[in-house]
Amino acid sequence: MRAHREAIAVAVVVAALIVAPLGQGNYIAYLLCSWLMLAIAAMGLNLTLGYAGRISLAQASFIGIGAYATSIVTLAHYPWVLGMAVGVVLCFLVGLLLGFPALRVRGHYLAFVTLAFNSLFFLVARNEDWLTGGTYGLSGMPRPRIGPVSTSGQLAFYYFTLAVALLAALVLRLIVRSPWGRAFKALRENEVRAESLGLDVRRLTLLAFAIGSAYGGLAGAIEAPLVQYIDPGSFDVVQSLSLLLMVVVGGLGEFWGPVLGSAVAVLLPEALRVTAAYYLMLYAIAVILLMTRCPGGLIGLARRIAARPARRRGAAVS
Amino acid sequence: MAQFLQVLLSGLATGSIYALAAVGFSLVWQAAQAVNFAQGEFVMLPAFLVLIGEHWLHWPLWAALLFGFALSILLLGLAFKRLIVQPFGPDGGLPLVIATMALSILLKEAVKTFYGAEAEPFPSLIPNGDFHIGGAVISVRDVLNLAAALAVVMLLTLFLDRTKTGRQMQAAAQNPGVAEILGIDVARMTLYAFLLNAALAAVASFLITPVYLAKFSNGESLGLVAFIAAIIGGFNRIRGALVGGLLIGVLDNLTATYVTLSYRAALPLVLLIAVILWRPQGLLGDAEARIV
Repeated sequence: MRAHREAIAVAVVVAALIVAPLGQGNYIAYLLCSWLMLAIAAMGLNLTLGYAGRISLAQASFIGIGAYATSIVTLAHYPWVLGMAVGVVLCFLVGLLLGFPALRVRGHYLAFVTLAFNSLFFLVARNEDWLTGGTYGLSGMPRPRIGPVSTSGQLAFYYFTLAVALLAALVLRLIVRSPWGRAFKALRENEVRAESLGLDVRRLTLLAFAIGSAYGGLAGAIEAPLVQYIDPGSFDVVQSLSLLLMVVVGGLGEFWGPVLGSAVAVLLPEALRVTAAYYLMLYAIAVILLMTRCPGGLIGLARRIAARPARRRGAAVS
Repeated sequence: MAQFLQVLLSGLATGSIYALAAVGFSLVWQAAQAVNFAQGEFVMLPAFLVLIGEHWLHWPLWAALLFGFALSILLLGLAFKRLIVQPFGPDGGLPLVIATMALSILLKEAVKTFYGAEAEPFPSLIPNGDFHIGGAVISVRDVLNLAAALAVVMLLTLFLDRTKTGRQMQAAAQNPGVAEILGIDVARMTLYAFLLNAALAAVASFLITPVYLAKFSNGESLGLVAFIAAIIGGFNRIRGALVGGLLIGVLDNLTATYVTLSYRAALPLVLLIAVILWRPQGLLGDAEARIV
């Protein structure tokens, strides 16, 4: 019943997303693309943080790795798919490496280790001009071609991004629903019990980091042709922080949480027509309030509100 | 040799200011198990409060400094504890960490929007000037900054070790339950830790801002360095945070001068990762004991 309802909701949302940019001009399509791109990165972070319970403040650096890899490959006139694959695999491997500290330390220690990693990535991107273009960055990345179809138009690129995002969501869904995904959750809830049930905690932690990072790489592979200009500043620690907030605001460990959280961060300020500075302040205050009142994020809040009348009804019966 | 001395001293001077922020960081951590991700912004903000007193209210510098100091303690000490940390109860966990991250964004954006995004000169409390010792040019500011920061840390250590309130604070941090039974007002002691942190941040702000100019984004690197200093020294030791801060200041300066300028910022990060992986209790810390 519940799965049924969710399937209908997803179908409605996808249909809405297909018609949303029609007749709206390029800017709306661009905005929707950046939202979907960040949603992919946030979904990956949600696997690491929400499902496996390991904090990471390095997701922006993985978007960066994916974006630089894609840019370098496509600027050398190889196809986008190759660039994307290089970026995703690279992120998977680096994420695996970054997972090792997570085996030893937790919580804020891990937060700072990953933050340090993001800062290191920023330094490398800024200093290694021969590879990354240094502070000037890279520009003019071509949009991908799918067979005979070019996605150089904003609308075409939007549908391409939507397809990639849906595919990414589907794959993540399969991962989360598989015995693996349940093992991730067991890991978050009670590590000792997870281990005593025979789960390989080491491997699961590393995998959570690697897959989560690979999603960051995929987002980067979208960002490069979307913005067609990247520089180290686009992937700094502030960006990682904002991705983390997206995941938490949406709802940790909620499958659709990151999609909602990134919408709040990207689409809502546009819809409300407030300037970025005021919006960020209000957003920060809202996050603090949300954390004190409802650490489960917006989806947690919605669940709580939905559960309330049911309880009242139950009370009336008894 | 002369150059080495110069580099060493200016490294110690910056490092001692890092240490102030790091000591405050550990104080709050021990008193409330709260890791403050906005610590860098806590050092950024007081300078702007002084600038507000000076430029908006047209007060003389001493009044503006006093105003900045008092308001910092009120905002970053009292209000931070009451409005942000307290609602989470004794074990804030991840939600509290996220809330302090949001706070750092809030402080940064507030300064940027209401005061300005440009770097502002900040009045130096210390006369500019150099003196020469055997070929080395020593800046007066470096020497006095170092002396001031060390004096503050020493006073703090004396307060914690020698006064009744200080010892009560230590007891409250180490074992709140037992301290409560012994009649110590644990809530009050925790509040003191927050107020001390705010005071340390304000002092650090007044010392470091003349060097770097006042800018809304100053806290981004400062917060990380403060945390790294606290970790490297051992989270549970004031002396550790001091040593960590000095060590980072010196190593940073030495790297910049003798090894690489473009990667100078990498050194503390690599140091942090190495310490966390091989000696999570820090260079001076014990695995378990918590001493304010």
